[in-house]
Amino acid sequence: MALIAELLFGLISAAAFFLFGKNLLAIRRNILIGKEVSLNDHPSKRWKNVLLLAFGQKKMFRNPLVAFLHLIVYVGFIIINIELLEIIVDGITGSHRAFAPFLGTCYGFIINCFEILAALVLIACVIFFSRRNIIRIKRFISKDLNGWPRSDANAILITEVVLMSLFLIMNAADPESNFLVSSYLKPLLKGLSESQLSLIEHTAWWIHILGIYAFMNYLPYSKHLHIILAFPNAYYASLLPKGEMHNMVSIQNEVLYAMQPELAPTDAAAPEKFGAKDVMDLSWKNLMDAYSCTECGRCSTACPANSTGKLLSPRKIMMSTRDRLEAVGKNIEKNKSYVEDGKSLLHDYISVEELRACTTCNACVEECPISISPLDIILELRRSLVMEESNAPAEWNGMFSNIENNFAPWKFSPDDRDAWTSQA
Amino acid sequence: MKVSTMAEFMARGEQPEVLFWVGCAGSFDQRAQKITKAFATILDKAGVRYAILGKEEACTGDPARRAGNEFMFQMMAYQNIQILNGYEIKKIVTTCPHCFNTLKNEYPALGGVYDVIHHTTFLQELIEQGKIKFTDSNEWKGKSITYHDSCYLGRANEIYEAPRKVLESLDMELREMKRCKSKGLCCGAGGAQMFKEEEKGDKRINTERADEAIETKADFVASACPFCNTMMTDGIKNRDAEVKTEVLDIAEIIAKAIQ
Repeated sequence: MALIAELLFGLISAAAFFLFGKNLLAIRRNILIGKEVSLNDHPSKRWKNVLLLAFGQKKMFRNPLVAFLHLIVYVGFIIINIELLEIIVDGITGSHRAFAPFLGTCYGFIINCFEILAALVLIACVIFFSRRNIIRIKRFISKDLNGWPRSDANAILITEVVLMSLFLIMNAADPESNFLVSSYLKPLLKGLSESQLSLIEHTAWWIHILGIYAFMNYLPYSKHLHIILAFPNAYYASLLPKGEMHNMVSIQNEVLYAMQPELAPTDAAAPEKFGAKDVMDLSWKNLMDAYSCTECGRCSTACPANSTGKLLSPRKIMMSTRDRLEAVGKNIEKNKSYVEDGKSLLHDYISVEELRACTTCNACVEECPISISPLDIILELRRSLVMEESNAPAEWNGMFSNIENNFAPWKFSPDDRDAWTSQA
Repeated sequence: MKVSTMAEFMARGEQPEVLFWVGCAGSFDQRAQKITKAFATILDKAGVRYAILGKEEACTGDPARRAGNEFMFQMMAYQNIQILNGYEIKKIVTTCPHCFNTLKNEYPALGGVYDVIHHTTFLQELIEQGKIKFTDSNEWKGKSITYHDSCYLGRANEIYEAPRKVLESLDMELREMKRCKSKGLCCGAGGAQMFKEEEKGDKRINTERADEAIETKADFVASACPFCNTMMTDGIKNRDAEVKTEVLDIAEIIAKAIQ
């Protein structure tokens, strides 16, 4: 019987890790659909960002209370997962608390710490759940999250609560145990026979570990992927001043050759596509941003367009990019390579009206706790709209021609540019 | 007051300390011209040897680039850099955060490398160096003021303190809006929005920001960008006919204190 359980556990574990690895590789493949950009300069600054933004969660502390709760869940998640090692060893070898003999009195101390954290995580998750569903904080009831994204968020919180409860119940049902938090649960199990207790302990143990594996394999489909991608995303975060837009060297050269034809190479390559129409025209960092997004909505709350009722929501820009990327990924899986499906990120997933509402104020970029730039995507799509489709509002076309003819966005004579000096 | 152009400096065989990049708003917009004149007056009184490009200056290309028209941007950048490099310009001061951002961050990759400084930082330096002397009757003293952060100065380039330090040097009472510094709300003009109608929504962005400014009950609103100035002035005007809070550029406030 025990042998069967051990075998079964080994098989399930192998399957869980295999599936997880497979899905991560698919995500990696999807991210690499994006255009190459080199983001390996200044490694010391980049590691500093990983430490401050990812490990230190620096930006979360713009709202200290939420940051503290999130920190508990985060620390709890990492530390309690150390206990997973023992749980897996127990599962495979059939041992019971395999690490206890090695750690002696320390073992009790460590498990006590785990239990306190588990209780705190449980409380934090309940608070988070009520912020979403009872207090109904604005950024959580936004229409951005209608449907699956809202269920996704709630499913994660409920799973966390269940997993933490199982961990505590498992310890409470262990007759030899006497730990800090689970000892308070012991009265609930009073009067049960030793075999019943053992059954509860084992059941809790199994559901707990199966739950963890399920959670792990749920991650690639969920907004919760940030627990992994926040780290590389912080490393590859832009180190440029936020106001700086990416230079388009192809156009820079085209203008240069028009002005100084003697510099033009004879074998000039055909111009590439301008801006981004679809996910493959974005950079791989834009696409990693999309997978890293936790859909928390800090960006959209800070967005001047969104908060005054415009259609634009930077969070939705990231969610749409991920949705489109997933569709392209499935297309590739099915057809070996991408086959035109008549759709594109621009128009089918993100509308012109959304793009037109952006003031490029960088509030979304500033707020994102894990260095996502919705603005980068918006600007690349705008480039495609204007340069590939000549799609601009009439006022902008007027502005362009004023700049071209009068060297100012308004229709003034360039001769009057210094007219103010005569009144100074 | 005589404002010399680079061409005139060149003809005399001289080089100014700094080039004052006036910008399109500062050159043509009637409201922004007042800011330009105020800043030129300060430079003059502080004894700074400065020049302007005059008719040779052209749009940096910022609104075209942000609207998505990279060709137009590159054309303007090419022309401007040719002129700036031709005059061997080393240092540029500008009263417009959009020009500032483009000249400072975007021209270097195109071969235009200059020491670019925004006028609020420049004013702070002049005050610290004692080159700006306020009159004894400081009419600003004790007046309350709220400073509206420009996105292209603040988040885009992390300049939050210089404009505030300048206001504090006049013993003004600085009142912060609910959202300020890195959390500052945009006026609604950036990203070429200045040149088109706002998309449909519940409220105009400048009205939202004007409400926050009015809420501080400050005597004045300070801005450091000609576009923010227009948006805030319109926002306050539309909001409440009774509220006559004046929106003033940091340069205008200083200019009044030295006259």
